[in-house]
Amino acid sequence: MNLAIKDIRHGLFRFVLTCFGLGLLMTVVLAMIGIYNGLVADALAVVKAPAADIWVVEAGTQGPFAEASSIPADTRDAVARMPGVAEAGAITYQTIEAAHAGQTLRLYVIGFEPGRPGGPQRIAEGRGLGTSHFELLADRKTGLVLGDTIRLGRNRFSVAGLVEDAMNSVGDPAVYVTLADALTLQTALDPAAARVQVARGDQGIRPATVAAVIARLEPGADVALLTATVRQWKHLAALSQTEQEDLLLASVVDRARRQIGLFLGILLSVSAVVIALIIYTMTMEKLKQIATLKLIGAPDRTIVALIVQQAMLLGASGLGIGLALILLVKDNFPRRVVLEPFNALVLTGIILVVCLVASGLGVRAALKVDPATALGG
Amino acid sequence: MTLGDILVNVQGVAKHYGEGETRVDALRSIDLRVHAGEVIALLGPSGSGKTTLLNVIGCILAPTAGRVELDGDAVFDGIWLRSDLRRLRLDKIGFIFQAHNLLPFLTAEENVSVVLDLAGWSAAKGRARARELLDYLEVGHRAKVKPALLSGGEAQRVAIARALANRPRIILADEPTAALDSGRAQLVMDLLRKLATEQEACIIAVTHDEKIFDRFDRLIHLRDGRLADA
Repeated sequence: MNLAIKDIRHGLFRFVLTCFGLGLLMTVVLAMIGIYNGLVADALAVVKAPAADIWVVEAGTQGPFAEASSIPADTRDAVARMPGVAEAGAITYQTIEAAHAGQTLRLYVIGFEPGRPGGPQRIAEGRGLGTSHFELLADRKTGLVLGDTIRLGRNRFSVAGLVEDAMNSVGDPAVYVTLADALTLQTALDPAAARVQVARGDQGIRPATVAAVIARLEPGADVALLTATVRQWKHLAALSQTEQEDLLLASVVDRARRQIGLFLGILLSVSAVVIALIIYTMTMEKLKQIATLKLIGAPDRTIVALIVQQAMLLGASGLGIGLALILLVKDNFPRRVVLEPFNALVLTGIILVVCLVASGLGVRAALKVDPATALGG
Repeated sequence: MTLGDILVNVQGVAKHYGEGETRVDALRSIDLRVHAGEVIALLGPSGSGKTTLLNVIGCILAPTAGRVELDGDAVFDGIWLRSDLRRLRLDKIGFIFQAHNLLPFLTAEENVSVVLDLAGWSAAKGRARARELLDYLEVGHRAKVKPALLSGGEAQRVAIARALANRPRIILADEPTAALDSGRAQLVMDLLRKLATEQEACIIAVTHDEKIFDRFDRLIHLRDGRLADA
């Protein structure tokens, strides 16, 4: 006879309600884990997207994400000619706001050279950029669909393809345009402003600059040697892909990451206390029944099983409900919520330990209860 | 009445709490023998030691001194002689409580069979025995009902069935009729007497209920932890 199950079935509504409450708490914990992961994944997405081995940026900067970087566009040719470099591409990044369908979209514009490194790894829908101008590839989160047109700067662009999970570290969805369009977008002035500049003697001739040049290396090429070689040009700096990723995490998203991490820690602690309180209270409410069981001869293992099984069922149900709820709602969050099986596994472990510790407190109280309590006076 | 085996043999049992000025002597050198088939009552004012004596006989409370034998087995002689007191209670002692103390999450039948489950009976045999006892106590038709839906009399009869489930020879009852009206109280006492006779068990009840005094073979009075009269 399983007393734990019998007791749960007796107060099923209350147990389900408690599990649901715990499930909601688990949903918040899982959401916070997902947001934390999402923040890191979003931040790294833009760095990982070009699948580069080396980032060549302006000397004395840690660009192009942690700091602004501006280097001559023809640096790409110099880098491409270096021994060990398989291919190289120039790339620009800028954030702009554009009106679309009555809304203002905040977009992260990535300019790249089609056919060279810098573009998206995979097109989810549609095709890549087929013309030199006025086409773009948009992340799905922009809300743009194939064939849509949107005005960026002084020109209207049409959506040729859609990509996924392309955004900057603050979650602005990315659009990819050709480098030429990106440079125009960066430098072209409003007509009135342009007239003022001409009147002031500005010929409007500026050297083309890009944020970075990225390079993919041939198999077996030495990354450290190549970055060291690039640094010999005094106006350039070079970072490996790993350095770029570390830099982004350490500088750009570090504070937000620590903030969420700390909040997650607090939330887990609160959850642990809540679970412990629920289990302890459940046990305290049964002390008279436990005393009766002891009096009629129930061994300690029967009483321990009653408490531990209920604690485990409560924890497992709460976690299950939490997982189901977060999987249902995670796509409605404005920023990405990334949940890996590993996260669920770790949380399961934590909840298991919390339930065991909490039921330990209950077991301790239950084993101390005097069977004479059942007799009264 | 022919006296059967000695089922409870208490010799020189004393129990005190605290020391020095705060010392309270709950039991002072109690000698008591209860035979199979006997139904006895422990009487006395509040604080006289009735419940303490019941707890000592029920192996719930260790006396400070003395010797206790249950159903021929020495269980206490200055110290507990058995380490498995719960198993001893399960096998030899049945408890009937003032407030029946049925487990609210089990049906009447399960409340009885849980004892047999703990004693290692198979589920089917346990259910059959529970049903047999409930039928015998005329509450078989309420076997699948939870205690909250039983009347006071029905609940007390289920509690009696639970106390008898594992065929113990010593039944300890704490105010077994306190929650019952006069008629039902008489019925319960008749039932306990019948069981004592049929199962060769003894019944020791703590009670204040004067209406049922005539149902006992002996009335044992306790006063200030001593047997006042027997």
